[in-house]
Amino acid sequence: MRPFTFHRPGSLTQAAGDAARPGAKIIAGGTNLLDLMKLQVETPSQLIDINRLGLDNIENTRDGGLRIGAMVRNSDLAADNRVRQHYGVLSRALLAGASPQLRNKATTGGNLLQRTRCSYFYDITMPCNKRSPGSGCAALGGFNRMHAILGASEQCIATNPSDMAVAMRALDATVETTDPAGNTRSIPIADFHRLPGQTPQIESALQPGEIITAVTLPPPPPGVQIYRKVRDRASYAFALVSVAAIIDMVGGRIRSARLAFGGLAPKPWRTPAAEERLAGATPDAAAFNTAATAALDGARAHGGNDFKIPLARRTLHAVLAQATRA
Amino acid sequence: MDQDEIIRVPVTRRAVLETGTAAAALLFSAVPRPALAAADANPPPTPIPVTLQVNGQTHALNLDPRTTLLDALREHLILTGAKKGCDHGQCGACTVLLDGRRINSCLTLAVMHDGQAITTIEGLADGKTLHPLQAAFVEHDGFQCGYCTSGQICSATGMLSESRAGMPSYVTADLAEAQPDLTDAEIRERMSGNICRCAAYPNILAAIKQAAEMPS
Repeated sequence: MRPFTFHRPGSLTQAAGDAARPGAKIIAGGTNLLDLMKLQVETPSQLIDINRLGLDNIENTRDGGLRIGAMVRNSDLAADNRVRQHYGVLSRALLAGASPQLRNKATTGGNLLQRTRCSYFYDITMPCNKRSPGSGCAALGGFNRMHAILGASEQCIATNPSDMAVAMRALDATVETTDPAGNTRSIPIADFHRLPGQTPQIESALQPGEIITAVTLPPPPPGVQIYRKVRDRASYAFALVSVAAIIDMVGGRIRSARLAFGGLAPKPWRTPAAEERLAGATPDAAAFNTAATAALDGARAHGGNDFKIPLARRTLHAVLAQATRA
Repeated sequence: MDQDEIIRVPVTRRAVLETGTAAAALLFSAVPRPALAAADANPPPTPIPVTLQVNGQTHALNLDPRTTLLDALREHLILTGAKKGCDHGQCGACTVLLDGRRINSCLTLAVMHDGQAITTIEGLADGKTLHPLQAAFVEHDGFQCGYCTSGQICSATGMLSESRAGMPSYVTADLAEAQPDLTDAEIRERMSGNICRCAAYPNILAAIKQAAEMPS
């Protein structure tokens, strides 16, 4: 690790002010940041520890939703009775991620900001436009089995590794932030993560010094909630493909469908076109095929990850069949 | 309270190994690693005072802020029960309990845990009486080389507390169930953060099952 100074500010606005300084980084659970610091992928000169600032409650909101503090640990969020009963897709997604030890440390805010697991991003001797803008992308012509088939660019084909964020995308969560002046902002999760385009080093909508304070969930949506993750091991592995689905049925037809994908794109991927195809449809193979085609419209594989296109199609089929089973 | 219990060992097997690895890297690596070399040339940062509560004892230390909790335990307090396997949170050999919850001590900084209660494998036994999980691992031969064992036992301790608190897992069929049964599949999933390269898993599972049935 490169040397850094360690700070434990006494208030949130002070933490935001400290974090706005060049070279400063917020540390929450630290499970991703310290891993990257050991490899010198991350080289902050100052660490701002926010572990003693609270932000660790899960509260009911007035409209019947939930407000999840940024420092709520992944394990506590997954085990919360309200989440288990009304937001099962979120509980399942959290339990599908990492290991129990990591979930005891990892936080809600930190999970939203975790970096890609692209092996070229992790190796500082290799070109990577995300880690070192302008150096090139080694994954394009390299080992790209884990990489994106949707939303990527010629600059970067890395995926977002989060399971939690995929469920939050399906739930239409909102990310709340504060800045050094105490101004707050609510960012729909759809706008929180950025696609790489020409600037893969910019991954979120956060400005320097802006800190995530909470994630808000709207009231529980009607319907069946499913999180299905396909990976190389039965447990403790990143997704090749994952699907978060919320399917509401009425009279043998699909009333509404929400679909978010993990493992396929640089951000949790939602496809309104596929959801529209399913609304009002009779749940059969033809309808699932139409939805899958719409969801994978524009998909582009890079050799090592060609399999992800049929795998995503089959995974979506399995999820829709499970959700609509009478 | 002990003051700054840094113990320096002049030559260690690890230092010899590291020197050997570095020399091999210089000889065989086609890619120079200037960033890593430059970091070594910088002076170390100023140590900062940290108080660690480990196994009921208070230790006042002055630590380079880069010191992980694992390195503080092993190198400064000479509690070498927690092991360094991967040093990246992937193997679980470094698992300790922080305020009763299992964590990877390699992926957290000691300075972040000033004043918090840490339990290592050295703190589980009650005097000469082994912790039920320790006894069960011995009885069921839940190891071969033993390198992962401290982490397995600390992790299982935290896992049983989580289970008794009703926490679900990825394989829990019904999330609404208040107290999911600790089936074999549940134990395997809940212990997935601990790897045993000797593959003593069947015996580890048997040991944990036995301890799970004992009163906590």
